[in-house]
This record gives sequence, C-alpha cells and structure tokens, in this order.
Amino acid sequence: MDFIRLFSDLYIARWAILEGVGMTLIISFVAIILGTMLGIGVALSLVYGGKFQRFLVRVFLEYVRGTPVFVLILACYYVLSQAGIQLTPFQAGLVALTVFCSSHVGENLRGALLALPKGQTEAAKAIGLTFRQTFVYVLAPQALRQALPAWINTAAELVKASTLLSVIGVVELMLTTRQIIALKPRPLEFYLLAGIIYFLICFSIERLGRRVERRISLPS
Amino acid sequence: MAIFAVAVVGNLIGLAVAFAMTSRSPALRRSASVYVTIIRNLPIFFLMLVTFFVLPQQLGIRIDKVYAFVGTLSIYAGAYLAEVYRGALIALPKGLREAGLAIGLTEGQTRIWVIIPVMVRNALPALSNNFISLFKDTSVAAAIAVPELTFYARQINNNTFRVIEVWSVCSLMYVAACYLIAAGLRYAERRLAIPH
Repeated sequence: MDFIRLFSDLYIARWAILEGVGMTLIISFVAIILGTMLGIGVALSLVYGGKFQRFLVRVFLEYVRGTPVFVLILACYYVLSQAGIQLTPFQAGLVALTVFCSSHVGENLRGALLALPKGQTEAAKAIGLTFRQTFVYVLAPQALRQALPAWINTAAELVKASTLLSVIGVVELMLTTRQIIALKPRPLEFYLLAGIIYFLICFSIERLGRRVERRISLPS
Repeated sequence: MAIFAVAVVGNLIGLAVAFAMTSRSPALRRSASVYVTIIRNLPIFFLMLVTFFVLPQQLGIRIDKVYAFVGTLSIYAGAYLAEVYRGALIALPKGLREAGLAIGLTEGQTRIWVIIPVMVRNALPALSNNFISLFKDTSVAAAIAVPELTFYARQINNNTFRVIEVWSVCSLMYVAACYLIAAGLRYAERRLAIPH
C-alpha cells in the first residue's frame, strides 16, 4: 500500500469528512434537545396526567418503543411526505430521531419519578408546599439526578442511530464515507476512519456518562 | 428465523466473553474488554456495511449476505450480552463456585452445572431487554438487502405507493412481535425465578 497516495486521498476528502462529522453531531444534538423536551412532556403526562391523557401517551410510547429506529426513520420519511408535509431528508430524520429519543427519555424519567419515595411528596405537603413547588424544588432535582446517566447513554444511542439516516439521504458521516468510497475506491481505509470517528464520539459520551454517574450517585 | 441463530450464537459469544472478562488471566481479561468496548461503541449499521462491503472487496472473503448478517449481529449481540452476563457473574456469591469444587466437580463442570444455571436465571430481566432490542436491530439488515420485514415493506412501498398502509402494518408487526417476545420472556422469568 503506498502511503503517499493514501494520505493525499485522505487530504482531498478532509472537508467532506469533517462536514459529515458535523452533520452527525448536529442532527444528534438537535434531536436530543427536542427529544428531551418531548420526553419530559411524555413522562409528566404518564405520571401526573389524567386517565385519558395517560392512555394516549402510553399507546404512543409502546408503539415507538416496539418499532425499530430504522422503520421509524423510513416511516417518517415516506409517510409524512404522503400526508402532504413536504420535508427534506434532514427534517424527516430529525422528526424520527426526536420521537425515538423522546420515548427513551420519557420512559427513563417516568421510572425516576416513580422511584422517588412517597415520603418526599408527603414531607413537602407537610411543610406546606403547593404541588408546583413540590415538583420544582423536591421531586424534579432528585428525579433528574437519577435519570442523568441513562440520559447520556441515550445520547450515544442517538449518534449510533443517526447512521441509519444515510439511507434516506442525510449526508452525515456514513453517507459521506460511502460517497468518498465511490470516488476513491478505498473501502477498508475510509470505513476504518469512519469507525474510529464513531468509536471516539460514542466512547467519550460513554466515559462522560460513567464519570457523571460516579459524581452524582447519592451517598448511601 | 435468523433471529434464533443470532440468539444462540450471540449467547454463546456473550457467555464465553463474560467468563473471559472475569477470568484470572490478565491477557484474556484485557482482550475481552477491548472487544466489548469497541463493539458497544460502534453503530450496528456501520458493522453491517463493513461485513458487507469491506470483507468481500478488500479481503476477498465472500460470505452469503444472510450469513454475513447473522454473523455480524451475533458479534454485536455478544458484546451486549457479555456485559449482562459479566454483571450477573460478579453478583454471584463466591461460595457457589467453592461449593461446586468441594463436592468434587472440576472447574469446567462447576461452570456448566452450577454457575451458568444460577447466573442465567438472575440475568433474565436484563437479558429480555437485550433480546428485544436485538430483535429490533434485525431491521437494519434491510439496508444490505437481506430480505426481511423492513426490506419487503420498502419494496411494497416502492411498488404500490400505499405508503401509510405499508408502514403502519410493518411497524405494528414489529410492535406485536416485541410484545410477544416480552411476554414470553416474562413468563420464563416467573417460571425460572429463584425462590428466596
């Protein structure tokens, strides 16, 4: 293998690869922000909502959790355009990832809220806090603390799921790699590079999660 | 059908790697944890593309794509299952192995007849989560044209343009299958739970 040719190929492809990495990071980041907001809504309505609201959200959650991400992405891409909502691949992918993320976050937060001992709510009531105050000052901080490590895992999950967006034509790292390989037929080297980049992203997220978990674990 | 092959092979890999991760030899421990860390931090789609494109074109290894898919998913599943089994192994009381050795079983027999049955029963709840996500990961195989549910859904979608019907049926089938798997595993959990 002649290394000079390899490096010149890599050098020519540098901006394309960087753009791909940027797109992967951007879409994962936006999806986790939007998905978290939606997920908070899901968790709150599951725990505090009325009967009907709870039922609707439960159905949504079970449906999304039972469907593979890949099917979600394809369904968002095809079904939304059929329904008259014209979305670019980026937007359709974002919708799919957001929904996927919200199901994870919703389930995770619901678990954290339900795991809080009942005495917390009772104690808050006893000192005269309203429900809103109880939630904001007593329940939410503890639940978020419980849910944080799993939330960071969800971020890594999203980065991995974003590879599937290449199928509907979002030019993220995976599709960039495949496009470069179509021009410069070096599958081994470019896939290796993409693998290293994905590994570094996910590995650092995982490490961050572990550190956070150690930092915030309640002393027992 | 492929999912059963994946479950069997993946479980065997997972068990072997979990034992390697808890073994006394540092080299074995190190290499097992490198395997688990690398695979767990790579997207399954990436691994599929590598086995499908890099292996035949660059290294001259030609595998039928169904086998390639089963192999890749097994390796992927093995890493996740190894982590589950490792957790269960560590949680076992030390006396279990010692008791096995004390009644005259060899190290290997103790593993097979004493440690694995207890450990698997303890690990079942975490295992069922992994099986369900494994089942959902099979959909990725459509991207390398392995003819499974998602692949046919896309094909029907492109042929008939009955978009909404296709995707709602496809996702409902996945949801139903996940429910069945979850129910079956919960039944197994209840039947096999170790009474306290």
